Amino acid sequence: MAQAAVTTSDRTPVPPVPPAEVGRGVTPASALRWAIQRREATVIAITILTIIYFAIRTSALFTVDNTIVTLQYVAPFIVIGAGEVLMLVLAEIDLSAGQVYLTAPWFVYWLWTAGVPVGWAILMALALSAVIGLVNGLVTVWLRVPSLIVTLAMTFLLYGLVLVGSSYTQAQMTWTKGTPPVSPVQTAPCHGYPLPASCLHAPSWSHPSPYWYYSNILGQGSWATILWALLVLLMIWFLLKRTRFGVHTTATGGNILAAAEAGIPVARVKIWCFMIISTAAGFIGILDLIRLGSMDPGDYGLNIVLPPIVAAVIGGTALTGGRATVLGTLIGALFLGVLEDGLNLTGVSANWFFLLEGVIIIIAMVFNGQLTGLAARFRR
Amino acid sequence: MSTAAAFPEAPVPDGAGAKPASNAQPDVILRTEGITKHFGGVVALRGIDMHLNRGEVLGLVGDNGAGKSTFVKILCGFQRQDEGRIFVEGQEVSFHSVGDARAVGIETVYQDLALVPQLTVYENLFLNRELTSLGKVGILSRRHMRDLARQYLDNIKVNMPDLDAEVEMLSGGQRQAVAVARATRLNAKILLLDEPLAAMGAKESALIMDLVKDLSSRGVSMIVIDHNYAHLFALCDRLNVIQQGTVTVDINVAETSIEALTELMVSAFRRQLEAGHQALQS
Repeated sequence: MAQAAVTTSDRTPVPPVPPAEVGRGVTPASALRWAIQRREATVIAITILTIIYFAIRTSALFTVDNTIVTLQYVAPFIVIGAGEVLMLVLAEIDLSAGQVYLTAPWFVYWLWTAGVPVGWAILMALALSAVIGLVNGLVTVWLRVPSLIVTLAMTFLLYGLVLVGSSYTQAQMTWTKGTPPVSPVQTAPCHGYPLPASCLHAPSWSHPSPYWYYSNILGQGSWATILWALLVLLMIWFLLKRTRFGVHTTATGGNILAAAEAGIPVARVKIWCFMIISTAAGFIGILDLIRLGSMDPGDYGLNIVLPPIVAAVIGGTALTGGRATVLGTLIGALFLGVLEDGLNLTGVSANWFFLLEGVIIIIAMVFNGQLTGLAARFRR
Repeated sequence: MSTAAAFPEAPVPDGAGAKPASNAQPDVILRTEGITKHFGGVVALRGIDMHLNRGEVLGLVGDNGAGKSTFVKILCGFQRQDEGRIFVEGQEVSFHSVGDARAVGIETVYQDLALVPQLTVYENLFLNRELTSLGKVGILSRRHMRDLARQYLDNIKVNMPDLDAEVEMLSGGQRQAVAVARATRLNAKILLLDEPLAAMGAKESALIMDLVKDLSSRGVSMIVIDHNYAHLFALCDRLNVIQQGTVTVDINVAETSIEALTELMVSAFRRQLEAGHQALQS
């Protein structure tokens, strides 16, 4: 109360701040400034250095085969990581996405062995994935259980479901190129499949059948899962950065009170995001089943959820909500792929991978923190 | 519903004592009659009669716990009064939510500002009222929003160099300006400001004071809560002192001074103390 009285007489005009530097032409200073302001800066730098290092160490890195294998390996990280961006922006997390990645293809497999046409089985498995997300979201939002706990519980629930349902045997869906998988109850390859009989002809590039297209597009083509992953990433980027829903998601994660006060349906926004990540995870899981032809009921679903979260976090997405970078998540996923692949190619024991990953996560996080502070100073 | 002033000696120059018989007073935009509020056994408001003229800036003064905040929460629809009536432009209104109050043109700028720090200035200005293209698809028309935001901020003379800056990067005064601009952008008639100058330096305060004056000259009526008398005297046309849940003083700023008001508050406090002692002794 004893503060100097502010009266109308001693006001000084607010000095005009120079307008933001936009479209001034590129100088080294402006380029540096731009780079520092990007939240993805750290991960881009680390990834480039890693690629350069392994490219010097081994000539096998840039072969077409190796590139494809690495990218196929990374595709689920990209898709689930992009979904986790939506979660992290809301200051939520979905640990069950990895198990959905496994459960959805198992659901396809069970339906298919029960005689359901593959196309329908895939659609029903996607619907199931969405429902799993819906349950995660409803329990988180309405029963106010932290999403970390809800989705952890969901992980074990789905893990158990797959173990019980599979009796710990492998799912075998051998989709030899060009012919649909033959299920035990199917009498002919095309029986019940919503496609014309032309799929019976031996297909090739010169004589493709509709089914040949389907199987290649849905995962068997070398680039299929990679392109799908990039498409899903692009869609989530567009949703987050270019739509009303995206602004509402950021607002909900950034200041939930402010968002609710402005009339944003924060509960609905959250539930939608849970459904989106779950559906995306189920989708890429199904594609991987089609690509691989078999799937293990083991603990892969428990492990696969962590790399995407790591990708999102080292990419520059904050765990505290409101800040996200979809591009950073893509780079983060690529980094994890290059690191593991490079260590394999250079003959380093795979065990080193985890040790290095841990070190690099910490380095990336420290750098991100430093850069955020630096960027703030630049922006002032 | 007691409307008796707790301290009869206090000067009551205009309005407050004389209840208008009809609601047809054209220059009064907001009026309350005998607003009471209890929280369990605690009486927060014991009958607030208040009026706000069109284009006027009214300051609410009072110690912590006097009932200012409760009163403002009732006015903005956040809480509901136990008894009493609220009139907006002569029409009796009943608020069941913040949306109800907003619908009749009462906007509130909360102390926590209700901004999203990670969104840009213009995204905050258009929060949940985003402009989109392609109808229901909801693709943001960022350029359109930016242009309109620039137009509006220039219009109310707010200097905001970078609309693409995240609100987190702004100074306290600039944030406050964004919050006020958002509240007034869509035809707010009455603006409730909860400590708009809290924790601000002189320049920052000047920014907000200019904004308040400008909005006031455009016919926006405002109620300001602040603890700092200097702020209130610089901002307001009229002051209402709230003590123990009722309006005890209603005075034009021109007719009083910081010293007189301080003396008034202190003497009221002394009387309260003495009354307490006497009650203990008897």
